[in-house]
Amino acid sequence: MGGPRYPGWLALPALAWYLTFFVGPLSIMAVFSFSKREGFSDIVYDFNLQNYEDLADALYVNVFTRTLGLAAFGTVATLIVGFPLAYYLARWAKHKTLLLLLVVVPFWTSILIRTYAWLIIFDPDFPVIGGLDLLYTTKAIYVGVVYTYLPLMILPLYAALERLDWSLVEAAEDLGDSPLRAFRRITLPLAAPGIVAGSLLVFIPLMGEYLNPVILGGDKTIFVGNLIGQQFLLSRDWPFGSAIAMVLIALMTVVVFFYSRAANRQEAYGG
Amino acid sequence: MGRQLVRGWAALVYAFLYAPILVVVIYAFNGGRQVLNWEGFSTKWFGEALADPTITEPLKNSLMIGVGNALVACLLGTALALALPRLRPWMRVPVDGLVYMTLVTPEIVFGISALIFFVQVGIPLGLTTILIAHVVFNASVVALIVRARVVGMGESLEEASYDLGAGPLSTFRQVTLPRLAPAILAGGLLAFTFSFDDFITSFFVSGAGTTTLPLRIFSSLRFGISPIVNATAVMILVLTLAAIVIAYLVLRRTAAQAGRRSAAGLPGV
Repeated sequence: MGGPRYPGWLALPALAWYLTFFVGPLSIMAVFSFSKREGFSDIVYDFNLQNYEDLADALYVNVFTRTLGLAAFGTVATLIVGFPLAYYLARWAKHKTLLLLLVVVPFWTSILIRTYAWLIIFDPDFPVIGGLDLLYTTKAIYVGVVYTYLPLMILPLYAALERLDWSLVEAAEDLGDSPLRAFRRITLPLAAPGIVAGSLLVFIPLMGEYLNPVILGGDKTIFVGNLIGQQFLLSRDWPFGSAIAMVLIALMTVVVFFYSRAANRQEAYGG
Repeated sequence: MGRQLVRGWAALVYAFLYAPILVVVIYAFNGGRQVLNWEGFSTKWFGEALADPTITEPLKNSLMIGVGNALVACLLGTALALALPRLRPWMRVPVDGLVYMTLVTPEIVFGISALIFFVQVGIPLGLTTILIAHVVFNASVVALIVRARVVGMGESLEEASYDLGAGPLSTFRQVTLPRLAPAILAGGLLAFTFSFDDFITSFFVSGAGTTTLPLRIFSSLRFGISPIVNATAVMILVLTLAAIVIAYLVLRRTAAQAGRRSAAGLPGV
């Protein structure tokens, strides 16, 4: 532990960078969210909650609910699709490193290109799938979302399952548990940390999802990320956009807090 | 039976992961004007893409930002990784939290806040602002990768170097750097691909006059799919893939070496 002895001030350049270009911008954004727009794009700083009150409109509440739905769907869907793969990798696969690398590669590949790929597949002229008429529908967004976030779910799942002692599962089965029961009583509780980590890794960025709705949904269905983008690109109401971003951060913090608490409790019972 | 089922499912998921990428690659070699109307194998769209200044100019920008970002991120990230394990907890915990925050904050939130910041402070939007913003999360990427190596490396060699009268600077150059080099290289390569592929952050802080390759592709998507975009996408894929595979091999080799040395009875070296 510890590593070689080097002076603590070496942290200063990075710290200065974070404070100036990360904490600074987020703070200014917070201040912005309490100011208001005057005319086309001038900002007036008088502390007021108008932007937040505007957000209570059913129109915007809908956008938030829809986004929560998308994030929840993406989390559950990637979990269902990804779990068996992670399970296979951890328990039975022979060329683990290679197969794992094959999961990592799409994760590091440009999201834009991976989304573009589905634009081709959903094109009406594409064989078979093109005939389903999915392009620029919410279904297309849902497929794109699962595709984009799947590796983020598989990697932590694998990390958790990889540490699992499979002889426990075999012992349970030998002692008369059905495979399903052994799975529920042993595998699942031990995989819980991976499920929690994977869910958060998928859920959090999905709350701010921008690209899939624009490219595959044809910008017809609006999610929170798109709503924020619009305030900065189209209507130039930066204070309102900042307020939406603040609510997004608050919402995410709450979700992460309760989810990890619930997950911890689950784990305590299971273990 | 269950095993065969799980295995089949895994195979399907791999197909799901790779089929779309394969589709892009295959149709990039279509000679026809329409992406989906196959008119025979041809590499002509790669030539067209490389001759198109609206693609080569953004490509140059992306490369410059990517390399510059990787260099700065390596400097900041490595220095941070060396300092972190030695900081007192009251200092280390918040700094640690900050590192993770830069990685989990939704890009759209960071993108717009950076935009507000640059406009308010009066830094003109362009290559510089993209680079500054990219370094924020890439310094964290490098710091996490290098730090994993720093913590596992022990302190005995550096202590010996200090005991023999070397200062921190020459100790770093002669003892620490050679051992950290692979991790720094891997971190730098990943930082490069992160920046080279980045869309959201660049989208908001680029301003009107500056375009990176992902921004260029995005703007052409409004007009649907096109063979020249396919060819460009494939070139990006190849470049990114090369960087990832090198980073992966470098990291794996050093992990294997570290394992061997420890096994040889030199714990922590």
